Amino acid sequence: MNNSNAHANTAPVKKIRGLKRKLIQIAAFGFTNAHIPNFLSGKLYTGKWKEFCAPGLNCYSCPAAAFACPIGALQAVTGSRKSPISFYVFGLLLAFGVIFGRAVCGFLCPFGLLQELLAKVPLPKKKLPAFMRYIKYLILIVFVLILPLVLTVGPAGVPAFCKYICPVGTLEGGIPALLTQPSIRSMLGPLFSWKIGILIAVIFLCMFVHRFFCKVLCPLGAVYGLLNKVSIVRLRVDHGKCIHCRACERTCKMDVYPVMHPDSAECIRCGECAQICPKGAITVGAGPVRFEKDPTQAS
Amino acid sequence: MEKRRRILQGALLTGAAAMIAYGLISGEGLIVLHKAVRICMECIGLG
Repeated sequence: MNNSNAHANTAPVKKIRGLKRKLIQIAAFGFTNAHIPNFLSGKLYTGKWKEFCAPGLNCYSCPAAAFACPIGALQAVTGSRKSPISFYVFGLLLAFGVIFGRAVCGFLCPFGLLQELLAKVPLPKKKLPAFMRYIKYLILIVFVLILPLVLTVGPAGVPAFCKYICPVGTLEGGIPALLTQPSIRSMLGPLFSWKIGILIAVIFLCMFVHRFFCKVLCPLGAVYGLLNKVSIVRLRVDHGKCIHCRACERTCKMDVYPVMHPDSAECIRCGECAQICPKGAITVGAGPVRFEKDPTQAS
Repeated sequence: MEKRRRILQGALLTGAAAMIAYGLISGEGLIVLHKAVRICMECIGLG
């Protein structure tokens, strides 16, 4: 069997794998936002599950939200002055990160799914300069960890990331609240205009840059990216099979060369590199590295 | 290398479990719940 035949035979399987990820993303979106009827009243779900943080970025002021937002929760506990860091939320992030790494971004984050849909708008896609990926670490340190401790309104700290940057809160919480609660409309001011501006800019940029928010602004992606180096779910590269055609690098929408950097902080474990690899040298999964025999070499 | 990664994963997951337990005992879960069940004015751009 030659290479082109082998590749053609595996194409349907690869398509199914891509579809599987989309289905997981949709299921995660629905699970994280299970209270859809609340959009009609604008009221929030107030049950016990809101004590638990979702793994992905999803505003807890969204009427449909079933869980708390981990970044919002982190700032809420820090701002409460009970403790300079939240052991509970850091523990949850550490557990999610060690198990999944940035597979959370690729499979479980509702805003990640939204960005992927925006990227389907047929516009020319651009690559960002590499230094821009470090902005999210700066945002994590300054807006999520330091400012909620330093800036105060009354006894509580200001959730600076939520207040000044997060477009998810504006989209999932702000706009539904405006549509359903007339009393809120009278409270609109410059801050809302700023946040709507950021939301529009992020939506616009996501049409030109694949997952712009994940790459540049997301502090949650920064945390999980750091844990990609030790995560249980990861990319595995069989260097014996790799022919260095760099097809994986060309197909990677997160601008990673998986063969050289399988544990890159930017890799969201979407598996598109594994799907495109003509030799099946890349796999995404958990557990120890065990490579099967190359089927194209079988006699 | 593989073994070291496994050990690190185990240690980090144990640490995560300890942090979650300590956080819950010290009432951080209730702070999160208290914040999450009300509209966060900062999050939606009004605060």
